[in-house]
This record gives sequence, structure tokens and C-alpha cells, in this order.
Amino acid sequence: MNLAEVIAIRKLIKDYGNLRAVDGIDLSIQKGEVYAFLGPNGAGKTTTVEILEGLRPRTSGEVEVLGLDPWKDNKKLIRQLGVIPQDFKFFDKITPKEAVAFYAGLFGKRADADAILKKVRLEDKASDRYETLSGGQKQKMGLALALVNEPAVLFLDEPTTGLDPQARRSIWEVIRSLRSEGRTVFLTTHYLEEAQLLADRVAIINHGKIVATGSPEDIIREHGRSEVLSLQAPPKLADYLRSKLDLPVRAEDHTVDVELNSNEDVLRVLTLVQQSGIPWTGVSTRQDTLEDVFIRLVGKTTESGDVGPASLGGAK
Amino acid sequence: MNPRRVYLNLGVFAKGYLRSRVGLFFALVFPVILILLFGAIFSNSSTTSVDVYVQNLDHNSPLSLQFLEALNSTKVVHLHFVSPSVGNLSKWLAANDQSDGLVIPAGFAAGYFNKTPVNLTVITNPQDATTSGIVYGAVDGVANYFNLQRANGTVILNVQQLSPPTLGGQSFQYIDYLVPGLIGFSVLTSPMFSMVNISSEYKKEKLFRQLSLTPLTKSEWLSSTIIWYIILTLVSTVIMVAVGQGAFGAKVTLSPLMLPFLVLGPILFTSLGLLAGSISKDPETAAVIGNIITFPMMFLSGTFFPVSLFPPWLVTVAHVLPLFYVIDGLNAAMLYGNVGTALFDMAVVGILALILFIASVRVFQWREN
Repeated sequence: MNLAEVIAIRKLIKDYGNLRAVDGIDLSIQKGEVYAFLGPNGAGKTTTVEILEGLRPRTSGEVEVLGLDPWKDNKKLIRQLGVIPQDFKFFDKITPKEAVAFYAGLFGKRADADAILKKVRLEDKASDRYETLSGGQKQKMGLALALVNEPAVLFLDEPTTGLDPQARRSIWEVIRSLRSEGRTVFLTTHYLEEAQLLADRVAIINHGKIVATGSPEDIIREHGRSEVLSLQAPPKLADYLRSKLDLPVRAEDHTVDVELNSNEDVLRVLTLVQQSGIPWTGVSTRQDTLEDVFIRLVGKTTESGDVGPASLGGAK
Repeated sequence: MNPRRVYLNLGVFAKGYLRSRVGLFFALVFPVILILLFGAIFSNSSTTSVDVYVQNLDHNSPLSLQFLEALNSTKVVHLHFVSPSVGNLSKWLAANDQSDGLVIPAGFAAGYFNKTPVNLTVITNPQDATTSGIVYGAVDGVANYFNLQRANGTVILNVQQLSPPTLGGQSFQYIDYLVPGLIGFSVLTSPMFSMVNISSEYKKEKLFRQLSLTPLTKSEWLSSTIIWYIILTLVSTVIMVAVGQGAFGAKVTLSPLMLPFLVLGPILFTSLGLLAGSISKDPETAAVIGNIITFPMMFLSGTFFPVSLFPPWLVTVAHVLPLFYVIDGLNAAMLYGNVGTALFDMAVVGILALILFIASVRVFQWREN
């Protein structure tokens, strides 16, 4: 583990009976990174996170967080970690302010509860009981608790799942501010857009194995398709273009997509469209997103649940 | 164990409990309602009557019959006669699943009239302070009356007990047994029902997991929870004694001997509740297991009626229930001042509390293994 490496995983394996949930993965996460960990349901995502948090023992392999073994050195390690577990819950009758004071006491920290709640934009609800908070406010309370001990590493397990866009954006702001403070954030999320916006690097796990890793741009470059020209036109235009071009052409729902190899291809395609005389109503070009790459790499697997564009993954 | 973290968790746990009116109602108000309800129903009833088997070795002399008639008139005992031919009364009682007896010795009347000491033998169950108190108290009271009549208080009729003697010697009303019984009820139900629910719900909602990500340890969490139930039990006890004495004139006293039961009892039942919740897969199963454990114990341990009124086979069942020893000990401490019985019960409750505490800490999972 080098000085900048805060999380190191080598050949990590976790078995549940005969089921291998995590199958020999390697990861290295540097200080100050926002690292997104993506995968469909049952891919091994939450198991990996819980091993890193010291909540589960591993079957084999090496794991170090801040130079400590998460399982054996758990009590020493948690003083330096902030964690929002998936679907954060707290005691119904306790207010966010009381909860922050409670956590600060447990960690032996002198925390300014008002300042922490302001940071996560929950100051207005500081004296409301947990049971009366909305889903987004509850997640913000979880985030506030994760910040109480000024952690070096934060594990945020699907922190924005089920939140409205405004609440998601305010949590994104907090994550950005954590990065600017030099903290390392290990983020698992349903939302590929979120990972693409926030993460410095991404790892995609499927069936317990890492299938892609790198910056979102690197992953798209490596695993994404070429640029696509889309036309709003009937399927017979696709037939016409196929007969004239050596490029892949697809037709679906009154949309014709042509994969481009170069900028010159745009002119060739548009010229042929004009020559065909087939009416068309709109044209655009687009590139693969992280979401497109994810779908291509992970696929629509029955045991993992359908992977759709709106919601991807979410291990339970 | 860090006392500061225990204190912090106690604060949060207490806040949650006090803000939940349901918990507070069942812990403090419900037992008082039961005292008022049962007290009102049974306040005019006669004194509890205990079966006593009498062996009259004085050949049914007129004086011995007069003595037994006086004893019978106390209405706290119900006399049955056993033939002298059966031999040793203690053995006969044991053979017939009975516990309480009285032997009128041969020469009873002659000794009385000659003013020479006569020993009356009372046989009771040493583990049942309630019955011991009633029987010994009644016989001793009548003997004193006879002594007073014949020799101006000089002891002629001397009552000997084959079990450790109680200091009671007075007859008790239903309310006197109800107050310690319902304190036992409170010692059982608040920690049991809460812990069964909490341990299964916290597991389901992953709150234990949440707490495990802080420096709080599971033994600190359990200790603060137990402390809370001890506080709750002490408050509940003071309220119940005040209501019992104030509303119905219950002859119960707050004795230091009670304290171990009010501390060990919550430890025992908090641990038992945690154990039941921990071995359950979900809150629904936990509730069923909790009820299976709690309800028989609630009704068969002398909570609402003295165990001495139960048929012998049910008395045997009561003796395997932990709550029996809490209530029996509270009776010994609050009614009879019977130190021997209280210490015995204390030892039983203490050993059970220790065993269950260790078992619950082992079974209860803070993190996944």
C-alpha cells in the first residue's frame, strides 16, 4: 500500500455457502478520490462495501483500509470512517441534533451539531424527530452522522436512492465539498449519471468480478460504441442505407441509427438520405454514456434483475 | 467498557422510551391500573385460606379440639385431619404432595393445664414464604392467645416450625400479595416485551449494524439498556407500593431486601428478551416466542394469586419459572421479612440472570460472523 492508497483490495473472495458473491477482485483507491462502485443487484457490490466497512469477514484475499484490516482492526478503523449504510435508519423519536450530539459523544468529538446539519442542509429540521423526516431528510441525517467524526474515508452506499431530484442534488453538493476537503469517498449508486458526474474513477462489478475500471471517460472510450447518427424516419430508410453503406444501421420505433466511424461518414449518410427521397423529420448525433456502457457490459441478466436506463443495480 | 458511552446510550434510549407513550403506559401506568382493578375486585374478599393437615396425637382431647377450632376460626387455614396411625406427618405430607401440617403432641392438654411447656410442630415448605407465613402466623397467634388465657402470657404452648420460621405471624389480605406480585409483573413484562421487540426490530432495520459502526460496543449497549429497565422498575415499584398502601392499605414495606430483586430481575428478563429476539428470524416470530415465554410465567408465578392456592402439580410448574423466585423473594422481603427465603430466591435469580446475560451477549450479533 503506497502512501496515497487508502483502500487496497487484492484477490478478495467472499463465499456464502456454495455461492461466490465476490470472486477475486482487486481495487486500489487513492486519497481524495471519489470512487464509484457500480453493479446490478446481486453483483457483489454491497458485500464488498460491507467487507471494507468491517461489517463482514472475508473468505480470502487481502483488504486494507487506511492501512488497517477492516475485520480485525474494526474498532480502531471505524473512528476514521464515515458510513451511510444502504437504506439508512435511525431511532424514530430522536432528532437530528440529538443524533449528532450522541454520535459526537460516542466518538469523543466536540462537534458543532448546528454546523454539521447546516453543511448537509438539514438545519431547518434539526429539532424534528427522525420519524417525521422525509426520505431525503433522513438520508441527509445519515450523511450528517457520517461526518461527525471528520472521517478520512466515507462509504456512501446508495445515498440518493429514492430521493427527489432536488434532494439528490443537495447530496451531490455535499459529496463535492467532501472531495474538495481531501476526503476519500467510496460511492455505490443506482444512478449512472450520478457516478459519471461525481466520480473520479469507477469500477463496474458483475457476478462478483470487476468488468471495467477507470475514469468514466476511459471506460466509455474503451467499452463504448462509436458516435451514432439518429434520424426520425421510417424503417425503409434503414433498408436503403444498408444497401448503400458498409456501416451498421438499426431501425426501431421510427428511429434509424447509423454508427459512425469518422466525421466524413456524417456527410456520406446525410447525402444518401437526401438522395433516397424518403421523408425524415429530425436528425441528431450522440455518444455512449456510462449508462450505455454499463448496459453493454452487464447486460440484462435475469438473476440480477432487468437493467434499465432509469435504474441500474441496487444490491439488497 | 466505557461508562461515558453507556451513559450516552442510556440517554438516547431513555429519550426514545419516554417519548413513546405506549412503552411508558405499559411500564408505569398499566401495573397501577391492575392494582386498582384487582384491588377493588378482591378488597372485600376473605383472607386467603391455606390447606393444613393436622395430626392430633392428644387423642382428640377437648382442649386440643378447642385449639383447632380456634385455629379454624382464623379462616386463614383450612384444616384436614390425618390419623395418628399414619406415623410421621412430614413423610405423609411428602407422600401426598402436600406441604403444610400441624402436629398436636400427646400430653398437649395435660401440659397446658400443668403449665409445663408443650411443643406444637408446624411443618411448612421452606421455599414457599407465602404459605409458611400464613400457617406459622396462624398457629403462633392461637398459641399466644391460649398462653395468655392460661398463664398470663407465660409460654406454655411453644410453636416449632420444621422449616425456617418466618417473622410474619399475621394474616394477609389479597392486596398484600397483589402488590409484590405486580411488581414482579413489572419486572418481567417491561424488559421482556420491549427487548423482544427491540432486538428483532433493530436487527430488521439494521440499527445494530448502524451502531456497530460507532465506538459503542454491544456490551455497552446492553448495559445501558439494562440500567434503563432497572430505573423503570424502581420507579414503578415506588408507585405501586404507594398506590397499594394508599388505596387499599396493603401491608407491604419497602425493604432493602427487595433491591436485589429489582436489579437482578431486569437483568434476567432483559437478557431473556434479547435472547428471544436474537434467535428469531423476524419481529413476528419474535413476538410469538416472547408471548410463549411471558404469558405462562405471568400467570403461574404468583403474580395475581399466591402460588399456595395452586394445585400441587401447578406448584411444581411454578417452581421452574424464573419469575416465581422474583415474586417469592419480594413476598419474603416485603411481607414476611423472611431473610432466609429472600436470600435463597436471590441466589436463584442471580444465577439465572448471570447465565442468561452471558448467553444473550454470545447469541446477540452486533456484526455478522
